[in-house]
Amino acid sequence: MNWFIRVITASVGKKLLMALTGIFFIKFLLIHLIGNLTIYGGDEYFNAYVKHLHSLGPIITVLEFFMLFLAVIHISTGLLLFFQNLSARPFKYAVNKNGGGRTIGSSTMPYTGIFIFIFLIFHLINFHFVDKTNTTVFDIVSNAFANPIYVFFYVIAVAAAAFHVSHGFWSAFQTLGLNNVKYMPFIKKIGVTTSIIFGIGFGFLPIYIFIM
Amino acid sequence: MSGTNRINLTLKVWRQKAGKSKGNLAEYQAKEISTDMSFLEMLDVVNEYLTLKGEEPIAFDHDCREGICGMCGAVINGRPHGQEKGTTLCQLHMRHFKDGETVFIEPFKAKAFKNIKDLIVDRTAFDKIIQSGGFISANTGGAQDANAILISQKNADLAMDAAACIGCGACVAACPNASAMLFVSAKVSHLTLLPQGKPEAAARVTAMVNTMDDLGFGNCSNERECEAECPKEISIANIARLNREFIKAGFFKS
Ligand code: SF4
Ligand code: FES
Repeated sequence: MNWFIRVITASVGKKLLMALTGIFFIKFLLIHLIGNLTIYGGDEYFNAYVKHLHSLGPIITVLEFFMLFLAVIHISTGLLLFFQNLSARPFKYAVNKNGGGRTIGSSTMPYTGIFIFIFLIFHLINFHFVDKTNTTVFDIVSNAFANPIYVFFYVIAVAAAAFHVSHGFWSAFQTLGLNNVKYMPFIKKIGVTTSIIFGIGFGFLPIYIFIM
Repeated sequence: MSGTNRINLTLKVWRQKAGKSKGNLAEYQAKEISTDMSFLEMLDVVNEYLTLKGEEPIAFDHDCREGICGMCGAVINGRPHGQEKGTTLCQLHMRHFKDGETVFIEPFKAKAFKNIKDLIVDRTAFDKIIQSGGFISANTGGAQDANAILISQKNADLAMDAAACIGCGACVAACPNASAMLFVSAKVSHLTLLPQGKPEAAARVTAMVNTMDDLGFGNCSNERECEAECPKEISIANIARLNREFIKAGFFKS
């Protein structure tokens, strides 16, 4: 077990943890998005989807705890990397200029990450740990998004997530060592496409409910 | 020489006394600089003025002045080795600067590269990484027949590209995280790609990555600034190879 700790606490090991957990979250977001699209089908359709999801019972609970576990790894490792990287350059440059490698996504990674984390807590309190006895999830959602401040906050958070994914996706492949001159341009394109799909897919939902 | 232009520049140069942990930007005028000069020759001219005035000349590293030794390097207007692609500071020519321009000259900055004086930083951290595994332990004996070990042209080329790294440290200077991954990946790659380097591949990559971490370099977050600034245009595909080798060594080799 000693060797395992040594591997995952090395710089490359920590990045490996970020990549593997990150890829899982991208998959989760994809499923989450597909599920959320049922909102466009109206309240009955959406509530039926929610009911079906809840009928899965223990599987969902296990998955939730698994995701919590992955989130703890992703967030704590990310923060550790962030602080280590800050301390790796104690004296800053007077002039900072990009050589053309960085993107908005890559240079804001820790910040979008922290923002998504804050959003996540808010999001879970809003829709997950809420009393659902005398109401439906659809009503909770439509009540929440009747408030323009909510809509605004959600759209911003979704944008942050989209930027996070725009770098995270290809970066995960690079970290896993899967950079191949043949496939890398393709992987990068899928990454950007995924982030745009997430951005528009999740971002338009609160607006749609608000207008509705 | 005909066609030679002369330009005047305002320099903002990082001055830091030996043994001090703090420095500051000092302003100098570089007058009548020939555009045929290299950046280091321009500094030579400024230093002559400074010496004549009885001031301490600007200390900077250099050796070959032909882009092959890896000794020179400073951050020019926020860009390690200046804004030209694939160029060391000694090969950066003054024709790329405009008359009247203000040029910021700073040393490479990273926790693992301690400032020695002015623009000179201590890059022995790189030597320590090499000492930890960047070599092949071959017992010398009778010289082998040249073609006894077959190497594909593709791998020979990839290894050669990686071996082009001159160990200048610009990748660390350019990295927002002050990570040394591009350097280490180049060194790991050029040995691992060749049959002679294979037997020690797992031990090498593990030792070099651990040493890199211990020396206080940051963690790579795939910002790709290193690749953009490397004077030898080392590809980050090497970093992926390093990651692959490290994961392989960590999980699948005893
Ligand atoms: S990888 Fe490039 S920038 Fe880094 S030390 Fe080697 S030559 Fe210099
Ligand atoms: S002085 Fe040798 S590479 Fe610049």
